[in-house]
Order: sequence, then structure tokens, then C-alpha cells
Amino acid sequence: MYAQMVKTDGTRVRSLDEMEPHERAFQERVDAGQKIEPKEWMPDGYRKTLVRQISQHAHSEIVGQLPEGNWISRAPTLERKAILLAKVQDEAGHGLYLYCAAETLGISRDEMYEQLHSGKAKYSSIFNYPTLTWADIGAIGWLVDGAAIMNQVPLQRCSYGPYARAMVRICKEESFHQRQGFDALMRMVKGIPAQKAMVQDALNRWWWPSLMMFGPSDDASVHSVQSMAWKIKQNSNDELRQKFVDQTVPQAEYLGLTVPDPDLKWNEEKGGYDFGEPDWEEFFNVIAGNGPCNAERLNARKQAWDDGAWFRDGLTAHAQKTAAHSVAAE
Amino acid sequence: MSSEWPLWEVFIRGQHGLNHRHVGSLHAPDAEMAVNNARDVYTRRNEGVSIWVVKSSEITASAPSEKGPLFEPSNSKVYRHPTFFDIPDEVGHM
Ligand SMILES: [Fe+2]
Ligand SMILES: [Fe+2]
Ligand SMILES: [Fe+2]
Repeated sequence: MYAQMVKTDGTRVRSLDEMEPHERAFQERVDAGQKIEPKEWMPDGYRKTLVRQISQHAHSEIVGQLPEGNWISRAPTLERKAILLAKVQDEAGHGLYLYCAAETLGISRDEMYEQLHSGKAKYSSIFNYPTLTWADIGAIGWLVDGAAIMNQVPLQRCSYGPYARAMVRICKEESFHQRQGFDALMRMVKGIPAQKAMVQDALNRWWWPSLMMFGPSDDASVHSVQSMAWKIKQNSNDELRQKFVDQTVPQAEYLGLTVPDPDLKWNEEKGGYDFGEPDWEEFFNVIAGNGPCNAERLNARKQAWDDGAWFRDGLTAHAQKTAAHSVAAE
Repeated sequence: MSSEWPLWEVFIRGQHGLNHRHVGSLHAPDAEMAVNNARDVYTRRNEGVSIWVVKSSEITASAPSEKGPLFEPSNSKVYRHPTFFDIPDEVGHM
């Protein structure tokens, strides 16, 4: 998802009886649905896993601005431009809420930036695909934000207080993101055949990467079982992917589009769609840094940070000077 | 140069005259920028009519480990709640 394949360090989940008193008390609070807050005792693995998961999620929000930012200056109308700008600004805010949540676990903002810029930290695979036409912007809102919502809604009930609260704020805003995307596509499919073809082309390119956002099947993964025991993950990847497909296919039909999956078929018995397997080799390749836009995204992000240095330094100098003046005046 | 900016806690008073409420935190070089940034991040949809910012390092918090001794004294004082007292129906609303 926005945080894909987060490792938990453990090799197996321990039962309550095997735990030290501290850890046992912690686990019992989690089991009872209580929130864990920053200064409270928590297992080291819980802290580390959360730092990985939340910072990866934050990086995804920040890097996720880039594919869409590509179209701000080329939006078809002034209204669409204002809407897209507001959406991309929201994503900056999402990144910020999440960085703050991660900081409560003892990692600094600079450390997290360092990890992103050095390539040590990951962000979602989805943002390494190019945005070739205006229809891609609609498709991102509809599919990518749609998939993000699937994952983020249950995270509002996450056991770690600051993460859960950040998710509540984020989820309030995501619905605008998805709707503005779908709305842009609704307009385009009612246009001339070339516009409708553009939307179909966008769906063809974004469908599979969107399904990959949920990550490979993790039913057998010890990391996933541990994360579920800690309540920092509520559903398996396959479960969320199924929900996403079931929700999205009728929407594609409404737009008069064809989902690019020959194996897609309604399964009456399970009350959901059967669908094909994403190309996991492609997924692992993108994760490893070899997607179509990995280098471009990281360079753009680093350049934005470096180009802003003089301004940040100016603000810091001003703050120090004013502080010194007010001390002198006392 | 580029040293990390201090962390600020942000409090917003909503439209309806309620107390300022903690909404989150952000980094800023000084108080003025912290208010500006809080405006941009936390009041994008008319969430507030007033913003407070305070440096996180200036906040003193109770220790989570003392939760028991700190709050226990009020647990036994049920008579502090109006529902402790049974007022007969004949008396009417009180
Ligand atoms: Fe977001
Ligand atoms: Fe997003
Ligand atoms: Fe979004």
C-alpha cells in the first residue's frame, strides 16, 4: 500500500504466556483496543516497525505530489487547475501529519529526509509511473487515492494513537481526492472519441500498478501476522485488494471502460470478482528502484530540498536575530 | 547551516466558541512562521477562527507511569457526579 511490505524484525509471533510482564501488559492493552501513546512503554519491535511504516507512508505522500504536480501548469481549465493544486497541497499536509506522528517515536524529521533522499527508505511503488496525459490525473484520483482509502480507513483504528489520529485527518480529505479524479474522467468520457480513448488508455496503464499498491499476498507472512497482533495492520493485502476490485469495477463500467484483465469475472458464489494476478516481477523491479520514473522522482525531490535550502536558512537566521534582539531588550 | 527547526504544537478554536483543541504539530523557525504554517496546514477547510502555537519543548506532561497514583484519588469520589443523588420524581427537573 502506501507502506508496502513493512518488515517487523520478529521471526514468529509470541503468545501472551511467553512474554515478559511489561510486554504482556502492553499486548493486553492492545488486545483490549486501548491506544498506545508516545511516552508509554512499547516493545522495541513495535516502535521500529511503526517508524518504518509511518515514515514510508509519509514519504509516499510527499513523492506522490510529483506525478500530479506535472500537470498543474497544464490543467485544461482554471477550475481544474485550482482543484488539482488543492489536492496536491493536501498531500503535502498528509506527509506532514505522518512525519509528526513518526517523530513521536524518537526519529527526527532530518533523519527521515536523509533516509528518503539517500534511497534507504522506500515509498509506494505507484509513484514511479509517469503521468502522460490529463486522463492520468483523473485516473490517479480515482484509482490511486481510491486504493489508499481502502488501506487508510481501517488504519484509523490502529493501536498507536498519533498514527490513528493522523489517519482520521487524512481520511476526511481523501474522499475529495477520489471524487475530483472520477469527476474529471466522467467529463472526459462524455467528450469526443479521442478523449474517451485517452481515459481507456489511462485505465490500461494504471489498473495493474494500482492493484500492486496492496503488495503481494501476505497471508503466510510472519510480518503481517505480527503487525496484525499489534493492530498496526487490520486486513491482509489480498482482502483489501479484493475489496478494491469489487468497488472499482462497477465504477469502470459506469464510465463505459473496459478493465484490462481477461480473467476478470463476477463470482456469484463468493459475491465478488475473480481477477488475474498482477505482474509481481514488475512490482519487485519497481520497488528495487528500476521503475520507469524512480530516478526522476528522487532527483526532483532532492532538488526541491536543495533549492529550498537558502530560504530555510534565511528564515532560521531571521528567527535567531529576532530572538537575540528580544533578549537584548529585556 | 540548515539546522532542524523546533517543533510546535498547534491548537485551534473551531467555529462554535469551543476551547482551543490540540490538532497536531509542525516545524517552524519561529512563532510567527508556526502560525502561518498552521494556517496553511490545519485550517484549509474553515476549521478554525483562532490559532495557538506553543513550542513542544515548553510543555510539561504528566508521566504515563504515574497514571495510577495521579488519577486514582478521583476514582473513589463518585459523589462528585450529579447522578450519585436520587431525586424523587415529584420534585421535578433538577
Ligand atoms: Fe494523501
Ligand atoms: Fe495519497
Ligand atoms: Fe490523496
